[in-house]
Amino acid sequence: MNIATMLASKGVKVVTIGPGHAIRHALTLLAQHNIGALVVVDGEGAPVGIVSERDIVRALARTEDILVQTVASIMTREVIIGTPQDDLVAVVYTMTERHIRHLPVVDSGRLVGIVSIGDVVKAQRDQYQGEVDTLQHQLLHDEVPKVSKAS
Amino acid sequence: MAVASAPGTAEQPLRVAIIGAGPTGYYTADALLRQDRVVVEVDLFDRLPTPYGLVRLGVAPDHQKIKSVTVVFDKVAANPCFRFYGHVELGKDIGVDDLRRHYHQIVYCTGAQTDRRMAIPGEDLRGSHPATEFVAWYNGHPDFRDCQFDLSKERVAVVGVGNVAVDVARILCRAPEELATTDIADYALDALRESRVKEVYLLGRRGPAQAAFTNPELRELGELPDADLVVRPDEVELDELSRVAVERSQDRATRKKVDILQGYARQQPTGKAKRLIVRFLVSPIELVGDETGEVVAMRLAKNRLVATPTGTLQATPTGEVEELPVGLVFRSVGYKGIPLPGVPFNDNWGVILNEKGRVLDPETRQPIVAEYTAGWIKRGPSGVIGTNKPDAAETVACMMEDLARGAVLHPEEPDRPAVEALLGQRQPRYFSYDDWLRLDDLEVAAGRPGKRPRVKFTRVDEMAAALGRGPE
Repeated sequence: MNIATMLASKGVKVVTIGPGHAIRHALTLLAQHNIGALVVVDGEGAPVGIVSERDIVRALARTEDILVQTVASIMTREVIIGTPQDDLVAVVYTMTERHIRHLPVVDSGRLVGIVSIGDVVKAQRDQYQGEVDTLQHQLLHDEVPKVSKAS
Repeated sequence: MAVASAPGTAEQPLRVAIIGAGPTGYYTADALLRQDRVVVEVDLFDRLPTPYGLVRLGVAPDHQKIKSVTVVFDKVAANPCFRFYGHVELGKDIGVDDLRRHYHQIVYCTGAQTDRRMAIPGEDLRGSHPATEFVAWYNGHPDFRDCQFDLSKERVAVVGVGNVAVDVARILCRAPEELATTDIADYALDALRESRVKEVYLLGRRGPAQAAFTNPELRELGELPDADLVVRPDEVELDELSRVAVERSQDRATRKKVDILQGYARQQPTGKAKRLIVRFLVSPIELVGDETGEVVAMRLAKNRLVATPTGTLQATPTGEVEELPVGLVFRSVGYKGIPLPGVPFNDNWGVILNEKGRVLDPETRQPIVAEYTAGWIKRGPSGVIGTNKPDAAETVACMMEDLARGAVLHPEEPDRPAVEALLGQRQPRYFSYDDWLRLDDLEVAAGRPGKRPRVKFTRVDEMAAALGRGPE
């Protein structure tokens, strides 16, 4: 399974913000869309960073004046970017090991989606659930003829 | 103001139309019919007279056990609140507007019906085919039964190492006697009996650790009675990146897969009639044709693996190129959905534009009331048959949420007689589930003398005739 499969049923919404916007605006967007992070994009729409609820909480704990400062002042600049062809297994490993909760996805230079750790867990769960279900059915089906032969 | 009573009661059942009778269509129907607080009536439509989608027409004939999942589907179909209307095509016989007149909710489960192209020169030369067409052909799909594949060629390349590619390679390497006791289409068996195919190449873009096939599928290739499996030692030696990835993931199945392949690489061919050569780290870059426009060779670029920022190992060309003489090519490099008339599509991923199964309006990006999707046309082709069950459950959860909010259609004629009257005008030759069960009995009976699971009907007219109806 790859990232494209996770993004396909997520609609096409990626909520972005400019680096010059106030953190108050970032908070509004997070609340409005009920999400945990925003991709920060430059004028051309290329990702330049990511700002998460945690970044804001940490900044707010330092000073309450943070809301009027710019997103650029607190965003994470070293962002790991995914591609639609990236494997689920690799993404699971990298996100877990590096404590990344949101992965912006870029295709041919264009931001096409964002994958959260929740999406990844769900994709993995659905994959395993499907495999278990299929295996269980086949095991059950194997047993039926044996029983009828014995009787 | 008195609100019109919400559907979902015994007096006024929630009427749902499901388009596509593959596994996802059944899983969706099942999840709907299991609702204990909502009375649901499900009408399942398919453009073919027969149900089960890829379980009948995709799963390989030598993998009958996988097809046993139809037992589950038939249980769903036995529910009195379930109806099947086969040989009814959306966009041809009925439209989304018709559905809106008769149903409270609509679910599209039409799968990934077309293959991705390799996008290389020569792709459309004679002798180059999508692997899915070959699969549909040997499985007796009415739309593909008259396809022609030139099996007089000795060398065949199958591009890809996924499920479909492995199936195609295996079927080409089986002795006809092995297939004679399966439900493979008779004309396909006859053609394979005449086959002169000696060498089948299965071509993987990445390395052995990234190959999509499972270990049982691999072992099956290694134990073919009529074909020696050939693997090049240098191509199954893990590169440093793959070695580290396999080690840290503690993925025993992948480690085992590499072990099995390295074991095969040490074996000497035993002189069987055919050879199945599995290649890794190669990508076709061109198909070469002769003066008549028929494929005679394939140019292959050798690859090495590089890590993307997320740690995914991807193939990148080394610059080295080789030529492989082949007279027949099957491509299996991915699948995507086909847009349905009147239903928003997401070209990025080849799926219906949706969020968790709710179809979205392309302008507003908001859900379109009462239209849903599930399965491969919702998320793209991934996973096993059972993966579509949780996927369908997610869609049905959205449907129930929307029903509770009153966000359903208010159809003018939400009843079966009205639907059947409409079908009587548009497609009077539609097939019911009882029709299918009779066809099923006839197919199974026809298979008995040859100890085959069944002999399939492969033409709609044959099916109609078997039910005592005239030709179309």
